[in-house]
Amino acid sequence: MNLTLKIYRQDGPNSKGRMETYPVTDISEHMSFLEMLDVLNEQLVNDGKEPVAFDHDCREGICGMCSLYINGEAHGPDRGVTTCQLHMRKFKDGDTIHIEPWRAAAFPIIKDLVVDRSAMDRIMNAGGFVSVNTSGNTQDANAIPIPKVDADKAFDAATCIGCGACVATCKNSSAMLFVGAKVSQLALLPQGQVERTDRVLNMVAQMDEEGFGNCTNTGACEVECPKGISLENIARLNSEFLIASLKAEKK
Amino acid sequence: MSLTGLFLITFLTLHLAINLLTLVDKDLFNEASHFMATNIGIQAMQYVLALGFIMHIGLGIVLTLQNKKARPEKYAFNKPSANSQLSSRSMIYTGLLVLVFLVLHLKDYFVELKFGDMNGFNNDYDLVVALFGMWQYTVIYVLAFIALGIHLNHGFQSAFQSLGANHSRYTPTIKKLSAIYCVVVAVGFSAIAIVHFVNS
Ligand code: HEM
Ligand code: SF4
Ligand code: FES
Repeated sequence: MNLTLKIYRQDGPNSKGRMETYPVTDISEHMSFLEMLDVLNEQLVNDGKEPVAFDHDCREGICGMCSLYINGEAHGPDRGVTTCQLHMRKFKDGDTIHIEPWRAAAFPIIKDLVVDRSAMDRIMNAGGFVSVNTSGNTQDANAIPIPKVDADKAFDAATCIGCGACVATCKNSSAMLFVGAKVSQLALLPQGQVERTDRVLNMVAQMDEEGFGNCTNTGACEVECPKGISLENIARLNSEFLIASLKAEKK
Repeated sequence: MSLTGLFLITFLTLHLAINLLTLVDKDLFNEASHFMATNIGIQAMQYVLALGFIMHIGLGIVLTLQNKKARPEKYAFNKPSANSQLSSRSMIYTGLLVLVFLVLHLKDYFVELKFGDMNGFNNDYDLVVALFGMWQYTVIYVLAFIALGIHLNHGFQSAFQSLGANHSRYTPTIKKLSAIYCVVVAVGFSAIAIVHFVNS
């Protein structure tokens, strides 16, 4: 099929951006969206032009590296998939496709469609971990009984790949779904209890410091999240935060 | 936000219940209105209510400004209708509409009843009903109630999520209650205005 691409281009972190229009031809409907962009870039390189910079790594929906705001939706029109898993069969011959980078004060643009998502790493560093003994005498994972419901919920939360689509799609650029998933995953498990109070307070403080917005429960994140992370995790983050705020000792 | 919102919801429910009395019986409404105006507990609550409104509005504006700041560059092409409800995205607008109405409403009733000469009427019921005799009034009121209904369509259930209450057994019920409540408020208040207009 033949398509018209309208792509956001920006030469560097401080340059001014612009939308550019590129035609691509003979795109197979079996291609992934990123493969379609590879075709475009090959064309640009052959023409002696600068290829479009975009993030990608695993190309199988597990690393969270790919991004892109496609036709007004994070990871495009399909549900439960990342951009690397988005098939071109979701589009029609002759379509115009708008492609923009994630937009948030906390995600500065590096180049074209590539944004800096290290704010999410800093939130993880602030508390998204458990301290375990790494002396080699690792305890058998099944030695601690965990209710099935909790194990399932923790597992669901743990499927978050940190892609940032929730932030990109939220009208407030809020990272609450991401932080909710990370806090839930550990708060639900016995291994996460030791740092439970500090974790939520520190991660939320870091989240605010990075300039993410506040959650107003529009629910857009849950719909656009490629891993179907549930809003229940945001509610859990809220209750964890409330309880931790009340419980925390005087510093 | 959620605590002040839920507080305003309890106030609103009581307000609606008392206003509905105007459709039932003139004396009953006057009696209830008299009780509200003289009971010391209710009078004390008035200050709490004013504070509740001020906090809710103040927090709402700060929240909205912070959230606007979190996305300085807008998308050139965005499709929010694909993933969220309009009512949830327009809280500040429906809220501000309610605020404009509130100023008007306070001027016409609160100020008249408390400090004014009641527009020459000798009881609360006649004052209320007389205002709805004007069609402009009825239209403004009904529009405000619709805005309030849309505000509550999102607000009611959102307040529970904000407080951390989301549960597979209760949340579906809360969402249903929210959908019913916002219609009851919008239709209930509007019905009062319309009935009095038609009867005038
Ligand atoms: C009787 C009047 C009102 C009632 C019952 C009411 C109720 C509520 C409730 C229950 C919420 C949800 C709280 C949460 O999710 O945490 C809310 C949110 C909000 N209200 Fe009101 N409200 C009223 C008037 C107003 C007014 C006058 C404004 C004027 C600015 C306003 C602005 C907002 C804003 C900005 C939000 C949060 C926005 C969001 O969630 O996106 N409200 N309100
Ligand atoms: S919650 Fe979903 S959308 Fe947000 S970072 Fe995790 S996987 Fe991506
Ligand atoms: S490239 Fe790894 S999730 Fe898309």
